[in-house]
Amino acid sequence: MLEQFIFVGLLFFVAALLGALPPALAWVLRPKRPHPRKGEPYECGIYPHGEAWVQYKAQYYIFALVFMIFDVEAVFLFPWALVYNWLPLYAVIEGVLFLLLLLGALVYAWRKGALEWV
Amino acid sequence: MEFLNRLLAFLANAIVNIGDWIQGLLVNAGLPDPWPLLIVRAIGAIVVGFFPLIVVIFLIWAYRKISARMQGRLGPNSSGTWAGPWGILQTFADAIKMIVKEDIRPQGIDPVPYNLAPVLVVFASVMLWAVIPFGPGGALIGTDLNIGIFYILAFSSAALFIFLMAGWSSNNKYATVGAFRAVAQLVGYEIPQLLAILTVVAVAGTMKMQGIIAAQNVIFLVAMPLTAFIFYMATLAEINARPFELLEAESELVCGYFVEYSGMKFGMFYLAEFMNSVAVAAIFTTLFLGGWRGPWVDVAPILGTVWFLMKMGLVILMWMFIQITLPRLRIDQMLNFNWKFLTPLAIINLCVTVLVNKGITEAFPGGAPAWTRAGILLATNVLLVLIVWGFSALGQRRTQRRMMAWEAAQTAELEVGA
Amino acid sequence: MTLVQVLFILFGLIVLAAAVAVVIVRNLFHAALWLMLVFFGMAGIYVLLEAPFFTAAQLFIYMGAIGILIIFAVMLTRGMMRQPMPRANEQWWLAALLAAVLLGVFVYLILRNVTVATAQAVPENTIHLLGLALVNPEGFALPFEVASVLLVMALIGAVTIVRER
Repeated sequence: MLEQFIFVGLLFFVAALLGALPPALAWVLRPKRPHPRKGEPYECGIYPHGEAWVQYKAQYYIFALVFMIFDVEAVFLFPWALVYNWLPLYAVIEGVLFLLLLLGALVYAWRKGALEWV
Repeated sequence: MEFLNRLLAFLANAIVNIGDWIQGLLVNAGLPDPWPLLIVRAIGAIVVGFFPLIVVIFLIWAYRKISARMQGRLGPNSSGTWAGPWGILQTFADAIKMIVKEDIRPQGIDPVPYNLAPVLVVFASVMLWAVIPFGPGGALIGTDLNIGIFYILAFSSAALFIFLMAGWSSNNKYATVGAFRAVAQLVGYEIPQLLAILTVVAVAGTMKMQGIIAAQNVIFLVAMPLTAFIFYMATLAEINARPFELLEAESELVCGYFVEYSGMKFGMFYLAEFMNSVAVAAIFTTLFLGGWRGPWVDVAPILGTVWFLMKMGLVILMWMFIQITLPRLRIDQMLNFNWKFLTPLAIINLCVTVLVNKGITEAFPGGAPAWTRAGILLATNVLLVLIVWGFSALGQRRTQRRMMAWEAAQTAELEVGA
Repeated sequence: MTLVQVLFILFGLIVLAAAVAVVIVRNLFHAALWLMLVFFGMAGIYVLLEAPFFTAAQLFIYMGAIGILIIFAVMLTRGMMRQPMPRANEQWWLAALLAAVLLGVFVYLILRNVTVATAQAVPENTIHLLGLALVNPEGFALPFEVASVLLVMALIGAVTIVRER
């Protein structure tokens, strides 16, 4: 089991190298001529007003929450899907019930207008 | 003749044989036990890691050529400066330009996350390749983990926070809003994607990538076209292809979460985007097109790699055609398409597929023939599509009628007012 | 010392250091990023425990969903990025007391059951066994369905929270 992950560990280093090498190379090769005008945030030529780190809408939060709920559901369903071929019919129906309950929840959120973009 | 036969036998399984040859050399050189295998594995990791990079170099060139041809613009061949025959060196020229370009950093950035994000984004997309099978057997795949496809799902989902990291640390409102919109889109489309993957895992009965390929005596694109459609749509959104290209949204968000990046750091995001589109093409090939399977693979395993690359190329070409010809959706349209169409459809599709597939297994006690099973699943899919189509047509007609009634009321009101 | 032990100590140190950073860093966003590193290190420890499914689940749920949720929650806070909050409030002594008691309990339990590790090999198809146990009526079929109800309730709660404006 563990030896299967040796390759993942090796690829970890290769991937880190691939990610870090080009910026490092650029850091060595590129010219460095800073200028205060160059440092302004790019907001279409308008002078930036205030900070970017402001409060955002709660709407994003619900998308993340719904996503988390489906993520947790997936972790329950992956083992179920894996043994599906060995399961009797009633056990398959258990999984389907699980899914239909979630579909109901999704429809509820939909009818309540929580999935609208505002 | 003898030599020719041996050469052919070598070439028929060239990749594995080269690996064995290197390992033999190392063993003969007297290295202690775990090292020869480990070194061969490390070389394999380097090959797997660099594979997407090399594909992307040519992909960017091909993308420019095809999009120029289709949209009637000037391509890399006629960019003014000579860039090799057919402009093939254009990507290299771009890479050199990006590396020697000055790095313009806005004031007030958060330096560590800002510099780490472009590194991590490439890192995460390279890590996906650990479980993608390039050919038959255990040697032509990085590692055939028993969580296979779940590993890919986990890594692509764990990488989401990098966008927030890039957008948030840039100290730019466009970048921050772009990052939040990007993540809202990506988390949304991950749901139908994972439901489609669950359907495949249930029918294949395994999460191992090689196992999923072995289960495709009839390719899953034929047996489960609706699942393939859901998966493809979701991956189009995941890789930020044109109908769902809201991560960039040039006209609204200037460039999305990486607006403040320049030089090679911008290049890293660009590279990661193309790498991801290659990776999802490989995943689609594995899940729905039978991966490396094709004629004569048992004679010459190297052909499996060829089939795999050809199928992957076809999927990429399909992605390019969609990307080049379609306009962009609005963000509310895109989220509606996901939450109110794709996700419910994916849930219903999963339920129906597992029930029908179980029914087939119960109906054929001796095991159903592959084509019978695929045919019944296909018929179910067609039926499901027809039902969904009917419902959406009904809904559309109702909306239309409501609109017309509303318009009539408005006109009547206007007439009364006059 | 075997490689596995070295790796375990390495991952453990990463997790501990990152966890300390989560608590002491002033910038909330940085704290969230350190938390991501904690999750990643935990995934590494799961690999060493030969639990690949939990490795993927850790990355998938904790880094993919909960991490995003936490960052979104940080962004919902107003002005948190500007003024650094004081590290302790007036109830710090209560928290310190509770933490000390908890630490005492843990140390006591660990010292009492020093030989808790089993020499049994990990079964080959753990995910398979997990799947069978989840839908087995004598296993966890009821908790499995109740989990679904719980998720539905979480979704309804989320909808209510967002709609109360």
